[in-house]
Amino acid sequence: MSALLHVDNISKRFGGFVALDGIDLEVQPGERLGLIGPNGSGKSTLVNCICGTLRNEGGSVSFDGHVVDKLAAHQRTHRGLARSFQLPRPFHSMSLADNLRIPLLYTVHARKGPLRSAGDLDARCHELLDMVGLLKKAKQLPRDLTQVEMRKLELARAMAAEPKLLIADESMAGLSHSEIDDILALLMRMNERGITVILIEHIMSAVMSFSQRLAVLVSGKKIADGKPEDVVQNPEVVKAYIGQ
Amino acid sequence: MNGLKFSTIAIGVGLVVMAFAAWLGLDYFYFAGYTILQYIVLATAWNILGGYCGYVNFGSAAFFAMGAYSSVALHKFDAVIDTWFPDSSIAPVLHAIFPLPIPILIVFGGIVSGIAGFGMGYLTLRLRGSFFAIATLALAVVLQTLVVNWDFVGGSRGAYIIRPEEIQFAGITINYIVYLFVLMLILAVIALATARAIERSQLGFGFATIRDDELAAEASGVPTLRLKLIATTLSGAFMGMAGAPFPYYIGYLQPASAFSLDYAVNSIAMPMIGGTTSWIGPLVGSILLGSLQQIATVTISSAVNLLIVGILLVAFVIIAPNGLVGLVQEHWRKRRRP
Repeated sequence: MSALLHVDNISKRFGGFVALDGIDLEVQPGERLGLIGPNGSGKSTLVNCICGTLRNEGGSVSFDGHVVDKLAAHQRTHRGLARSFQLPRPFHSMSLADNLRIPLLYTVHARKGPLRSAGDLDARCHELLDMVGLLKKAKQLPRDLTQVEMRKLELARAMAAEPKLLIADESMAGLSHSEIDDILALLMRMNERGITVILIEHIMSAVMSFSQRLAVLVSGKKIADGKPEDVVQNPEVVKAYIGQ
Repeated sequence: MNGLKFSTIAIGVGLVVMAFAAWLGLDYFYFAGYTILQYIVLATAWNILGGYCGYVNFGSAAFFAMGAYSSVALHKFDAVIDTWFPDSSIAPVLHAIFPLPIPILIVFGGIVSGIAGFGMGYLTLRLRGSFFAIATLALAVVLQTLVVNWDFVGGSRGAYIIRPEEIQFAGITINYIVYLFVLMLILAVIALATARAIERSQLGFGFATIRDDELAAEASGVPTLRLKLIATTLSGAFMGMAGAPFPYYIGYLQPASAFSLDYAVNSIAMPMIGGTTSWIGPLVGSILLGSLQQIATVTISSAVNLLIVGILLVAFVIIAPNGLVGLVQEHWRKRRRP
């Protein structure tokens, strides 16, 4: 089976700082991959390069069998790459329903043609909000939401684009245990629907229970990639996290 | 309410304004009304980029002036046809075409400023916030320098446009100022209908995502660069259209008046005071501020205008940052959910 996402030897520098240094990564369709690493190890930069927010300087990114290096972020979204942001970035002047309307109007329409009527659009927005438990607040503005609801909105918006691959960038940071379980259950449900998920997270319990495979970044290099149980035993990983 | 219904109502309102003016029988009403209508077009145009997309344009005067000067250039061209094309067969053809009627000049002004808007967008839209605003200001300065040194349109001396006293329309004689007023009224209706149509369309949603968060917009599949170019082009085009009949209205156009700070400041202040998130805001703002300025010009002095704008702008930024429309919306929301 060919990989859904194929990251081939990509690198990225910010001035003299090497943020990514020859990263290789493959993700199979339907897989749940955990991506961990200490702060500043390049996880978010990697996500930004995969999604087109930043341009990688060396190497290339292929998605779904096509090289996407030259595509802008929105074109990659049209191809089926969706992400949530580390700090939620809702469209703050729009109601929750309208927040979800954007990917429907711009991504799903671009892919399938404008088939949906206004009524269908509303129904789909409500369906997505219901999935994340925010249906009651459909008409409210993002500023009325709590942190965990904001994260759920972020995930729902990524889902609205009907992606093949979802990259959840620290969607659980700062949440309580029950809230983390909520988000995990949500991500599991998305995966069950056939969406490949990359989970970037610091909370190890969440990563361990979710991931089928674990990749570790340290200082812009991938130092481990494999079964979660094996990776956490890896002496290099232990050293990076705990020190010698 | 669909677009057709809205346009019908808008034209109806326009006709009522016309009937009121005719009943007053005061030429000055048309003269002052023209300025207010011109500001409705300018403010609406500014709001397409500034309000919907959140890109503050300080160079409105440049687009307005470009429209005005494209009219001057085409007007002057009529006089030089014989010198430029002596004994050629083109001259009679050109004489038949020129001078161009004002509606055509408006279209020309719109095209010129629309292209300029596209160019400005392409050059500056990777800039954000204050950097974009400064770049637009710089554009205005550069263009003014160009016009000052362009002798054909009068350079720094300015250009006289002698407008006819009246115009014949299907056997009816109309005062020229009334004619200009009607044209501007039609333009204002078109501008408002366009802004309103954008607001309720996919395009409007896209513009709003640019205002809110460009990164998130791209991640949701919104082609932000393309939408920003559409906004700068449309916004520039409407400003140019507002400027095109101006030389005929004012009679004498010089760079300092066409590139006047008044246009830049007013086209920002009017939407801000009215409210930037909907088409009603610029309309309310320009009627309110425009009328105040006209009253001040007659009763006190035209020099007071900018002072009024300044004070009102400061007051609104403090009391009602979302403008009058925002104030009313907030009030309704509170009443619905006490």
